[in-house]
Amino acid sequence: MTIQPHTPNDLPVHRPRRSDTDPRAAKRAERQVALLFLGSGLASAAFIVFYVATPLDDTIDIPGFGAVNASNLLLGVTMGFALFMIGAAAIHWAKKLMPDVEIVHQRSLHASDDEAKSALLEEYRRGVDESGVKRRPLILGSMVAALGLAGLPAIVLLRDLGPLPGTALKQTMWAKGTPILIAETMQKIRPADLEVGTLVSGVPEGIDLVMEEAGDTNELAKSAVLLIRMDPGEIVADQTPAGSASWTYQGIMCYSKICTHVGCPLGLYEQHTHHMLCPCHQSTFDLSDAGNVVFGPAARSLPQLAITVDDDGYLVAANEDGFGQPVGPSYWERP
Amino acid sequence: MSSSKVEQAGGKAYEWADDRLGAAKYLKKQLNKVFPDHWSFMLGEIALYSFIVLLLTGTFLTLWFKPSMTEVVYNGSYLPLNGVRMSEAYASTLDISFDVRGGLLMRQIHHWAALFFVAAISVHLLRVFFTGAFRKPRETNWIIGVGLLTLALLEGFAGYSLPDDLLSGTGLRIANGIMLSIPVVGTYVSFFVFGGEFPGTDFIPRLYTVHVLLVPGIILALITVHLMLVWFQKHTQYPGKGRTEGNVVGYPLFPIYTAKAGGFFFVVFGVTALMGGLFQINPIWLYGPYIPDQITAGSQPDWYIGWLEGALRMMPNIEFSAWGHTLSINVLFPSVILPGIIFTLMALYPFIEAWATGDRSSHHVLDRPRNAPTRTALGTMSLSFYGLLWLEGGNDLIASTFSLNVFAITWFMRIAIIVIPPLVFVATKRACLGLQRRDRDKLLHGYESGVVKRLPDGKYYEQHEPISDEKRVLLMARATSPQPLPMPEKYDENGVRQPGYWHRRLQARLSHFFYSERIPMPTPEQIEAALHHESDVTAERDTEIDDSRAKALAPHE
Repeated sequence: MTIQPHTPNDLPVHRPRRSDTDPRAAKRAERQVALLFLGSGLASAAFIVFYVATPLDDTIDIPGFGAVNASNLLLGVTMGFALFMIGAAAIHWAKKLMPDVEIVHQRSLHASDDEAKSALLEEYRRGVDESGVKRRPLILGSMVAALGLAGLPAIVLLRDLGPLPGTALKQTMWAKGTPILIAETMQKIRPADLEVGTLVSGVPEGIDLVMEEAGDTNELAKSAVLLIRMDPGEIVADQTPAGSASWTYQGIMCYSKICTHVGCPLGLYEQHTHHMLCPCHQSTFDLSDAGNVVFGPAARSLPQLAITVDDDGYLVAANEDGFGQPVGPSYWERP
Repeated sequence: MSSSKVEQAGGKAYEWADDRLGAAKYLKKQLNKVFPDHWSFMLGEIALYSFIVLLLTGTFLTLWFKPSMTEVVYNGSYLPLNGVRMSEAYASTLDISFDVRGGLLMRQIHHWAALFFVAAISVHLLRVFFTGAFRKPRETNWIIGVGLLTLALLEGFAGYSLPDDLLSGTGLRIANGIMLSIPVVGTYVSFFVFGGEFPGTDFIPRLYTVHVLLVPGIILALITVHLMLVWFQKHTQYPGKGRTEGNVVGYPLFPIYTAKAGGFFFVVFGVTALMGGLFQINPIWLYGPYIPDQITAGSQPDWYIGWLEGALRMMPNIEFSAWGHTLSINVLFPSVILPGIIFTLMALYPFIEAWATGDRSSHHVLDRPRNAPTRTALGTMSLSFYGLLWLEGGNDLIASTFSLNVFAITWFMRIAIIVIPPLVFVATKRACLGLQRRDRDKLLHGYESGVVKRLPDGKYYEQHEPISDEKRVLLMARATSPQPLPMPEKYDENGVRQPGYWHRRLQARLSHFFYSERIPMPTPEQIEAALHHESDVTAERDTEIDDSRAKALAPHE
């Protein structure tokens, strides 16, 4: 026996299928294909019946699974079978009844021969020559300039996609005396209403009007705060600058709710450690220690809102410039 | 109608068309076109068919979806949200789910098909990578494929973001934060894309056009070119008896592949329809409308965004502030720079490998992954890198499911992402070389028959049987595996420094990285000898690795 490993030119020996040799097997395959097509047709008909007959709010109880939407289940299953069975029939047909003898085609080389290549080059040169770009460089130069300039209006046209950032990211609607509302009830709150150990979400008073007027929720995406009360003895530090009145009021602290990483609202609070976790990327801030980052990808502490009480004893923002710094994710122009 | 009448009618249409297009000659050739058969060639087909399913179901959804962020009060069939203020986009998605018959089904098929689409593209890409199908002359199609993967990720994320539910809004919030992290232009990019501050009211209408027109249009165009190139360049084939670089062996387009591929489209569509009917996906009514100060625990993107999410979670908190500017490396690196590097390297890989190996020839017969150990090891190394990022993307779910500390998981991943991929590289390369050794053994000694015999002198041995012709051809497919490039000389014979020395030295080093460790193929003579005198060849057993690296890296004297 000789081996020709580099020229294995003969195909493997073809082994006939049962449907090739046994007419009864072929007939059986034919019936199976037809049956699959028929099944598909029935499923299509069933789809239409269910579409008409199943009310949208009907449910079906599947044991161990619970109630599921009947219309969705029945339409999906009938449509699925209607399509799947067409596919199964066609593939079965191809595999059982169409010839399975592999055939060989030669690959032609993709690369052109040198003659064709030089002929093309010749043709190209003739075109370049006839256009005269080489002899008249002024035309080429001015054309390139014109085409380049013609692209600029397309870019300029996009200018009105949005306003320039300006100082928008630096500002929130918190100002001196803005009352803090409990987000859930939209009610003002007195220190006595907050027990030690509680944490609630807050918003500035009037935010509903601001959003109504603007027709968007931009202000809420910046101004949302967390209001937390802890035993003053537990507070390690806050962000009160030296020489200024305390930003914390009787153990009540107010932090921005917007994560300094990429801006998700914070959501998971661990009471005994005072750790606030962002559900998006697990940045963790220690609210008892000036909102500093204790873990995760966020790089900056949560901005603290200085608070005090107004004449009626309600909690309000204490400083005219609100947080005194931008809230949320960092950006290039952030100082 | 009798068959002759059918043929007559068909014949008339055929005449009509050919008179105008003269298509007969061309089509005759195409109908008979040969495609090789292998299950792994269906992966790209799944991607193609999922895309068609996406176009069909997506068109259905556009008939009811209202891409608007205008606030409305919901008053539909889903009672728990009655009277709640929400965007029109979210309200119309609820309507599709609860008030349009088959609407929920189409939404669910659309979402399942999107998951399949990206999955099929990814696995197809792995098949093409590990078999070396990207090599000359198919580099262009590889780049188009990488482009399609990128667009598929973008398109999936856009679709996920449109319903304006709490999860999708959170995803957009993150996307906005990522834009803001881009140095110099980031804030402007964010304001132009969102029409001002986040979330504004412009973004969903804009994203809608991107999702239903712009990106699918580009994907469709690229798929067309992708398939035309496959058609024109003819499909690659696995090594085997009768298969050479100069031919293509398989079944004709008509009727076999018309039936098989056409049928497979219906199978894919049918399976996604069954999934849509049986398995709930993205139940947006449970999440509620997007409100910027609300969030749920365990927020997860669709699977294909998981690796980016993981990169964001894993990254240590590095940020620089100076001269009134802030540079957020903690956001910029994992979400902009890292994907940029990964997709660029991926797109350029065919050229990097061709340059490093000095291999300039065309390849139509695929590599078995074991026969290209360095490439295979680079592939599994990259996969482990991707896999770790992806796992970190679900670190909170892993923590809550297995009662682990989420910080510990992140720290583990931060270290593992550096340590594990190189280990995977080494292990894969060893495994490939081991498989090559086994192939060599089989060629020289046949396979282990499982029959243990005892000789008259009491010695036991297992009888080896020669392998089949088909198998032998397959195992010998490595015979042409190339040699590493020689190390260049720094100075020529006159002591003058050679031009381009460092460039060629780097190339030679990379070439050794790819090729220096090889299991020598038995020569045809050895195999023939082995066939005739099975027992004589045992001397060659377990040959040493051809450790030409040390020798070759040393400068030539």
